[in-house]
Amino acid sequence: MNRTYYSKLIFELSRPGRTGYSLPPCTMTGHDLNTELPDALKRQTSPRLPEVDEPTVARHYTNMSGNNFGVDNGFYPLGSCTMKYNPKLNDEMAALAAFGRLHPSQPAETAQGALEVYDGLQRMLAEVAGMSAFTLNPYAGAHGELTGLMVIRSYHRKRGDTRRTKIIVPDSAHGTNPASAAVCGLQIVEVKSKPDGTVDVDDLRPLLGDDIAGMMMTNPNTLGIFEREIPEIARLVHECGGLMYYDGANLNPMLGVCRPGDMGFDVMHINLHKTFSTPHGGGGPGAGPVGVRAGLEELLPNPQVVRQADGTLALRESDGALGQISSHLGNFAVLIRAYTYLLTVGRQHLRQVGQLSVLNANYIKESLKAYYELPIGGLCKHEFVFDGLRPEYGGAHSEADHIRTLDVAKRLLDYGFHAPTVYFPLLFHEAMMIEPTESESKETLDAFIDVMKQIAEEAKEQPDTLRTAPHATPVRRLDDVKAVKEPRFTYFDYEQP
Amino acid sequence: MAKVLEGLYYAESHEYVRVEGEFGFIGITDYAQEQLGNVVYVDMPEVDDAVTAGDDFGAVESVKAASDLVAPVSGTVVEVNTALEDQPELINQDAFANWIIKVKLDDTAELDSLMDATAYAAHCEA
Amino acid sequence: MTFKYLPHTDEDIRAMLDVVGAPSLDALYDEVPDTLKLTKPVSLPDAMSEEEIRRHFEELGRKNQPLVCFAGDGAYDHYSPSVVAALTSRSEFLTSYTPYQAEISQGTLQYIFEFQTMMAGLTGMDLSNASMYDGSTATAEAMMMCVAAAKKRNRVLLASTLPPRIRKVVLTYAGYHGVNVDLIPQRDGTTDREALAAMLATDDVAGVIVGQPNYYGVIEDFTGLADLCHAHKALFVVNGRASALGVLKSPGEWGADIACGDAQSLGLPLNYGGPYIGYLCTTKALVRKMPGRLVGGTTDADGRRAFVLTMQAREQHIRREKATSNICTSQGIMCLYVAIYLSLMGEKGLREVNEHSYAAAHYLHDALLATGRFEPVFDQPFLEEFCLRYKGDAAALHRYCADHGFLAGVLADGIDGGMLFAATERRTKEETDQLVGLIEKFKEGGLK
Repeated sequence: MNRTYYSKLIFELSRPGRTGYSLPPCTMTGHDLNTELPDALKRQTSPRLPEVDEPTVARHYTNMSGNNFGVDNGFYPLGSCTMKYNPKLNDEMAALAAFGRLHPSQPAETAQGALEVYDGLQRMLAEVAGMSAFTLNPYAGAHGELTGLMVIRSYHRKRGDTRRTKIIVPDSAHGTNPASAAVCGLQIVEVKSKPDGTVDVDDLRPLLGDDIAGMMMTNPNTLGIFEREIPEIARLVHECGGLMYYDGANLNPMLGVCRPGDMGFDVMHINLHKTFSTPHGGGGPGAGPVGVRAGLEELLPNPQVVRQADGTLALRESDGALGQISSHLGNFAVLIRAYTYLLTVGRQHLRQVGQLSVLNANYIKESLKAYYELPIGGLCKHEFVFDGLRPEYGGAHSEADHIRTLDVAKRLLDYGFHAPTVYFPLLFHEAMMIEPTESESKETLDAFIDVMKQIAEEAKEQPDTLRTAPHATPVRRLDDVKAVKEPRFTYFDYEQP
Repeated sequence: MAKVLEGLYYAESHEYVRVEGEFGFIGITDYAQEQLGNVVYVDMPEVDDAVTAGDDFGAVESVKAASDLVAPVSGTVVEVNTALEDQPELINQDAFANWIIKVKLDDTAELDSLMDATAYAAHCEA
Repeated sequence: MTFKYLPHTDEDIRAMLDVVGAPSLDALYDEVPDTLKLTKPVSLPDAMSEEEIRRHFEELGRKNQPLVCFAGDGAYDHYSPSVVAALTSRSEFLTSYTPYQAEISQGTLQYIFEFQTMMAGLTGMDLSNASMYDGSTATAEAMMMCVAAAKKRNRVLLASTLPPRIRKVVLTYAGYHGVNVDLIPQRDGTTDREALAAMLATDDVAGVIVGQPNYYGVIEDFTGLADLCHAHKALFVVNGRASALGVLKSPGEWGADIACGDAQSLGLPLNYGGPYIGYLCTTKALVRKMPGRLVGGTTDADGRRAFVLTMQAREQHIRREKATSNICTSQGIMCLYVAIYLSLMGEKGLREVNEHSYAAAHYLHDALLATGRFEPVFDQPFLEEFCLRYKGDAAALHRYCADHGFLAGVLADGIDGGMLFAATERRTKEETDQLVGLIEKFKEGGLK
C-alpha cells in the first residue's frame, strides 16, 4: 500500500473536450434520435459526467488503488468476514469469454456449460453442508438469509399454518439476522446467551410455541464458540413445529469436520465470498446460496436449474417456488470462482482448510491472552473475541481514560495490518473479533502477535500515540460527526456555497 | 453524573414528561443523551399525529447509534420542537430544556405508572 | 499433505499445537459431540491442478454457444473499453472488504463517492446510495422505502409495463413484507393514466413505480405523473436502464422521488446474468429512509478531505430489525466498473452510444418489417429495444436463429407472437443484415 495521500476525484481531472473512448462510425443510417425523439422525452439538463482521456483515467484509478488495503497487501483478521486468500485461477476462469459473453436470456441449450457450473457447484455445496439442494440465485449473505427465511415462511404457509410469524434469534446475533427477519415480515424473539456465550436452552424452552416459525443460529456462533447443545436445541425447535436456520457466516472451521445438515438445520445460506474464497471486492459482489434439507427443494426461488431426462439442464419456473428474488441466476461470475475453488481444494484438502483456520485462531488467542482480556476461554473455532486490553495495559473499562479497542485497531493500521472487527458482538463493550483464516502462515501470525504485544506496551508507556493513531496511513482519523451534520454525498455538494 | 430534575415524570426507556395543565412536554433525559453521544438527528412525528404510551413516536440518532423514542404517555401531538431539525445538538447541551414533542394528554392517570426523580435516579444507577 | 493455498509446514503445525496445548488437529474439535462429526471425507471430486481445471473449463466452454446478441430484456451488450477490465482487476480493490477502516480504504470510498456522484448526475436526483444487488432488487427496495416513508400507508402501485422479472421480484418481496401491490393497467404499451388516477383516488397509496424505457422498449411520457402522485401524497418512482439516461429525460426532470434500476448497461459484461449492479437514487429529504451503504465526504484529523461510510444509523448493524433494509453491502467492485466506464465515455460518449443504438435498432426494426413477416405491436417511440409480432411460430423462429448463432431477441411475455429485439452500438450492419437474411430463409414452422 502507498502511504501517500492521493486526494483527487475524477471530476477534478476533467477538461472540456477530452474523451477516453473510441466507437466505430455508425453505418446504419436513416434514423437519428436527435431529430426523431420528441423533446418532451429528452433530457434537458447535463448529467455532468467528467471529460477525461484514457491515460489520465488509468493513472487516477491506479493511484487510488494505492490508498487501499486488501488481502493481497497484508494480513486482514477481520472477524466474521473470513478474509482468506482469493486464488487468481478463480478470476482467470471467471473471465473466460465462453462464459462472460453469454446473455442471460439465451436458450438453455446454448448455455449448457454455464448451467453445468451452476449445477456442479450446487451439488458440491450440498455435499459440503449436508443439505439436499441449493439455489445459487441469492446475491449476498443478507440476501441468502432473506431467501432462507422466505423458504421457512412458505413452508408454513403451504401447510396452511399462518400463525407462525415469530423467529427466534440469539442476543449475540449479527444485526443482519433481525433485519432480514423484519424484511421477511417476521417478528423477532431474542433468546439469551449463557456466560460462556452459547444459547441458554433454559431461556429458549418457554419461548417455543405454535407461533414460532423457526430459529436462526450460527454455529460456531459469533464468539467463535461451538454450540454444543445444538442437537437438543434443534430437537426442541422441531418439536414445536419450527424449522432451524443456519447462518453460514461461520462455516469455514466446520469444513470437512461437521456439517450443518447433520447438526439438525433445515435451511441455510453460505457466503461464497467468505468460505469459498471469492473476492470481497470492497463490499461486493458476493453470493449467498441457500440450501435446504430433503422435502423443501421445490420451495427454492425461481428460476430453478433442473436436470432433464435426457441429461441436459434446463431452467424452470415452478409454481411451488417461494417466488423470485433475483433477475437471473445470481452473481454468475462469482459462482464460477467458488466452483473453481472447490475443484482445486477437492476431497483431499477440505478438512485441512477447516482445521488450519481453527489452529490459526487458537494460536493467536493463546499467544495474546496475557495482554488482552479474553472473556471466554477454552477452544475457539475460526475466530475469538477479546474484550479490549487487560487492565494492566490500560484497558481497565472502569476508568474514563482507558485505552479503547478503537485505539488499538487504529494503531494496527500503522503497522501494516488490517484491524479486527471491532465493537461486535455487542455482548462485550470493547469487543475485538479476530479471525485469521487458514491462508496465513505462522510467520505472519507471529508478526501480528508481536505487534499486538508492542501495542499493549505502548498503551502502558505512551497512550497518546494510540489515541491519535493512525499516524502512517494516507489519511488520519476521520470526522464521522461532520460527515453526518454537514452531509456531502456527491461531488456537486462541494460546489455549493 | 447525569442530571435528574425534580417534578418530572420518567419512563424506564429514558424519556421524561413535563406536565403543564393538559399538556405534556416529552423529551429524552440527560442520562439518555450522555449514553448516545453526539446527537446528529431527531426523527419527529407530525402535528396532529396520535402517540400511544409504549409505542415509538420517532428516533434519536447519533453517529454510531440510534434509539427509538417511546411515548411515556398517550396523546395528540400539538407541537414539535422544530429547532431540533437544524440543531439536534441542543439535546446534548440541555436535554431537559429541549423537549422533542408537546402533546395534549389523553389520560393524566397514565402518569401514575411513571417514575419520579428519585426512582428514576435509582433506575439509572442500577 | 501440502496444498498451495495453505502455508503450514508439519513443523509449523506441531509448534502451533504446542502453544495451543492440543495434541493434534483433530483435538481442536474436542468439544464437538462425536455424533455430529463426519466419519469419512466429504464426497467431493479429487483435487485438481491448474492445468486440469483449465482443461475442464475449456470443455465446459465448448458446451456454451455465445450468440450474436440482438436481445436486451434487462441485459445489454454494450462496448466496454479495455481499461475497465484492467483497472477493476487490481487486487488492492478486489481483495479488500467493506471500507470499515476508512484510513486504509480511501480507494474504495473514493470510487464509490465518484459512482454516487455520477448516478446522481445521470438520474438528476440529489444523491445515490453505494449501489444495490441488481435492478430488480433495487426496485423491491424502492417499494419498501415508499412504505417506510409513508409510515401509515401500505399499498404500492406497480406499472404492468415494467419487465415481468422486476414485477415478480417486487411481488415476492411485497408478499413476505406485507405490502399490498396493485398493477396499473396499460394502454398501447404505456401506463394507463386514467386508471392510475382512479387507483390513487383512495389516498392510501405510498408509492407508484413506473419503468423507462419499459419492458416493450417504449419510452413513456410521464408529464404530470409526479404531480398526480404528489397530490395524493404518494412517492413517484422511476425505474430504468441506466445507459438510456444519457439521452432520455431523467427521473429528476420527471419529478421523481426515487430513481432505481440496473446499471449493467454501463460497461458491465453480460456474464450470464451477473454480477450486475442496481442503483437507487433519491432526494435529500428521503435520505434517512434509503436502504444500503452511503459514502460521504468529511475531513481527517489534519483537515484534509477524505471519505467515510456515513448515515449508518439507518443500517442493519445498528438498527437491527428497525433498519431501512437488511442489505449489508454494496456491489463494491461493480461501482468501480461504472465509475471508470463513465469517466472514459463522458456525456458525449454516452450520447454517442445511444445514437448508435437508436440507429441500429431502428434499422433492424425497419428491415424486419420489410420482410413482411412481422407487424408492429405498438406505435410508440423507442430507443434500442422494441417489440414486433411475428406472423408465424415465433418460438420456432427463435430456435432456428439460435441454431445459426444469433440471439433473435426474446419472446415477449403476454403478447402472442411478440418478440423483443434490441440492438446496441456493438452490432454491425453486416450482423444485422445476416440476421434479417436468416429470418427470411426460415422455412420450418412457417407463416400462419
